[in-house]
Amino acid sequence: MSMVHVSARVNGDAVEFLCDSRETLLDVLRDRLALTGAKEGCGTGDCGACSVIFNGRLVASCLVLGAEAEGAEIETVEGMADGEKLHPLQQKIIEHAALQCGICTPGILIAARALLAKNPDPNEKEIRYWLAGNLCRCTGYDKIIRAIQDAAAEMREEA
Amino acid sequence: MALDEGKDVKGGHDAREYDHEGEFRHVGTRPDRPDGVDKVTGRARFGADAYAPGMLHAAILRSPHAHARILKIDTSRAEALEGVKAVVTRADFASGLEGEDWNILENIMAGEKALYDGHAIAAVAATSKFIARDALELIEVEYEILPHVTDVDEAMQPGAPVIREGAAEPGVPEGMHPNVVRYHESGHGDVEAGFAEADLVIERHFTTEATHQGYIEPHACLAQMGPDGRGELWCTTQGHWNVQKLCAKLLGVEASAIRVTASEIGGGFGGKTTVFIEPVAMALARKTGRPVKLVMSREEVFRASGPTSSASMDVRIGMKKDGTMTAAEGTFRLQGGAFPYAPMEFTAMCAFACYDLKHVRQRGFDVMTNRPKQAAYRAPGSPMAAFAVESVVDELCQKLGLDPIEVRLKNAAREGTRASYGPTYPRIGLVETLEAARAHPHYCAPLGPNQGRGVSCGFWFNFGGETSVTLALSMDGTAQIAVGTPDIGGSRASMALMAAEELGIPYEDVRVTIADTASLGYNEISHGSRVTYASGLAVIKAARDAKRKLIARAADKWGIDPEAVEWRDGAAHPAGENAGDFEPLSIKEICAEMGATGGPIAGHYEATPEGAGVSFATHIVDAELDPETGKTTILRYTVVQDAGKAVHPSYVEGQFQGGAAQGIGWALNEEYIYGEDGRLQNPGFLDYRIPVASDLPMIDTVIVEVPNPGHPYGVRGVGETSICPPLAAVANAVSNAAGLRLRQLPMRPARILEALEAKADGEG
Ligand code: FES
Ligand code: FES
Repeated sequence: MSMVHVSARVNGDAVEFLCDSRETLLDVLRDRLALTGAKEGCGTGDCGACSVIFNGRLVASCLVLGAEAEGAEIETVEGMADGEKLHPLQQKIIEHAALQCGICTPGILIAARALLAKNPDPNEKEIRYWLAGNLCRCTGYDKIIRAIQDAAAEMREEA
Repeated sequence: MALDEGKDVKGGHDAREYDHEGEFRHVGTRPDRPDGVDKVTGRARFGADAYAPGMLHAAILRSPHAHARILKIDTSRAEALEGVKAVVTRADFASGLEGEDWNILENIMAGEKALYDGHAIAAVAATSKFIARDALELIEVEYEILPHVTDVDEAMQPGAPVIREGAAEPGVPEGMHPNVVRYHESGHGDVEAGFAEADLVIERHFTTEATHQGYIEPHACLAQMGPDGRGELWCTTQGHWNVQKLCAKLLGVEASAIRVTASEIGGGFGGKTTVFIEPVAMALARKTGRPVKLVMSREEVFRASGPTSSASMDVRIGMKKDGTMTAAEGTFRLQGGAFPYAPMEFTAMCAFACYDLKHVRQRGFDVMTNRPKQAAYRAPGSPMAAFAVESVVDELCQKLGLDPIEVRLKNAAREGTRASYGPTYPRIGLVETLEAARAHPHYCAPLGPNQGRGVSCGFWFNFGGETSVTLALSMDGTAQIAVGTPDIGGSRASMALMAAEELGIPYEDVRVTIADTASLGYNEISHGSRVTYASGLAVIKAARDAKRKLIARAADKWGIDPEAVEWRDGAAHPAGENAGDFEPLSIKEICAEMGATGGPIAGHYEATPEGAGVSFATHIVDAELDPETGKTTILRYTVVQDAGKAVHPSYVEGQFQGGAAQGIGWALNEEYIYGEDGRLQNPGFLDYRIPVASDLPMIDTVIVEVPNPGHPYGVRGVGETSICPPLAAVANAVSNAAGLRLRQLPMRPARILEALEAKADGEG
């Protein structure tokens, strides 16, 4: 089995790994880099639990090959908090009880941060359509929407 | 709750535990959950997040046939593949099992026959996932394909393929097909006499499809077992003691040989109450002597975990012109896959539980088909019953020109009502939910064209079960609670709130841990909406036990009787003037000296609480139908449910909203689709479409609090009832929007269009 050598940057840190050409970026993050924050809910791009930022774009990491990460900048949920200080989205998800089991939460956080970077004041509908690729089976989305709007408001004030 | 536990279901308990007086200090507040930071930072470890040195990866070979005799399995080529460390088949598991243990073994690894598409045939452990998967292709299986049946009604027909001869239990009526394995009948009164009193009797036929719990986290585990026969298992489960018990039986070892640790759990909804892959991973670990990780793919989750039953139902209800229901009768046929125990008695028992009926009768049939063994799904059996019954009630209201909430209020079960399934209700809150729904602005908001409003009630028993909790006090007066019920939806927060309430200490001073099977007495699965009720009651009782000990220490120190000491605001106080004049002793002061005053202080509870109060809900939904496409849009949704006492209201609301969302999916989109070949056609989230954010509106909630007499604070379980009303509520809304009634779920656009066309033809 021939392995591919890849150098990339994850949450600002330089990383290097060898991976099988069949391994996805999600496999690599979890199995080789011990970053298990991104979850595999489907492996087919349908649930969003594996969402990460890949060279500035929101992607399903189960649909990216590990070998494609050469030279890439990758951001995962593990890089969202600033040391001890949670990102406002993380804080608001907790405050609004916008998670029950929490398996979708890393993907939702990454997707929501990407949304707020594009649109700092999204309305309910915009959030719903943006998150349409992030399945949550527990919450019915209501509290997630509220948490994102609340975080957006706080971030606008701080900005 | 899991039916296959064979446990008694009761609703009319007379356990009197409610003893709360005065205001709550912590209970009813909304603090951040203790595990919140772990869950937003990626630190929380779920089933697939565990790794071990030297770990192997496993994969399972599954039957592509719905029904086939296994003539031969040749694993030699797979075993010869570089990197493959072991292959297991049925021969690697215990023999001589009986009853449900045998059923579970047969389900997780086929014996003589493959019984459904996806049935496990063999499993491989190898040094990488890819090698394990490649090895599956080298296993040669010779099948003799047998005729199959996947539909519940067809499986009951004469001439239908027999899934298993001799599986029927006593009590099944004479002359039924051997696929009918169990029968239930209950009720009271004389239904024919009741129907004779009615001004209008409506009888209808309904069907619902099998749906999946749809938890986002696939089943995953990491197993180890050394040559000493001692094993460790890490897995995502709703009940690790049950996993321990089942793995031990299926592997033929003692329960204590396997220590099971529950990971964080990424959703369960009943689907993680049993075992699927865990015994397989253990068998591979035993054979290789190395840690084995086994994770299901999403496709495997759909094909080979435990979806819910599909149902075929007939319901007949009689009503007087003034809305009084005179009699009700229902027949409920459920298929539970290739094994017994479809929850048909729950369907039958829940069907008319909302109503005070003089004459009522319900029958249930448990039918086997070539599908995966059903598992519990949120209030198992109840949502389909509510769909049928509440649709007929709605139709009666329409035909008699009556308001659907008034009619339900007129017939609602109350304290003292003899339930349709037997017991007499203690204090219950159905009437309160109906009154709150009627008073809600949603109920009288104006509707536009093609829009309709639907109402439905729903019922679930709730459950107690074996429960063990330990509350240990630290030297600094903080508390550490070990519970045995995995935290699926914020239960650590509820436990901490109840402990803080009892001990009079800050919420932040309580740490709640989910203990492993070696650290605590047996704990029943987190199911039956039992966690906040039963583990909550156990936490309260353990805290009271600890408090008694704290009081004894203070009494000792003061040289007075423990009866003369009372606990208030986190401190021991002399009770009244006669007790003596002492400065209060805080929990911190008492704990700081615990070593010298008698040793460590901990409180315990080990028992089986029996007073889980039944729970009722009323839902209101507005739907809009697009006559061009047949698409239904949910515009507005309100859940009103009795929580007894909401310990952490945000998480109670979350349960209400989540149940409603799942119910909407069941009503509109979700279904297991089997092809002619008996294979599941849609084993993925693309084709099995659960509601996404853009499918739903905000979901309004009203928490009604009618204390449960069986819990010290009045708590009732809330997790399951919320999925019971939505199927009918949405169907009723569609009916009111378009003047057509769908009695088959899901109400997918094509079905609605067909019904619209049929209606137009009928009118034209
Ligand atoms: S795991 Fe990547 S989208 Fe589901
Ligand atoms: S919180 Fe469980 S899937 Fe979203």
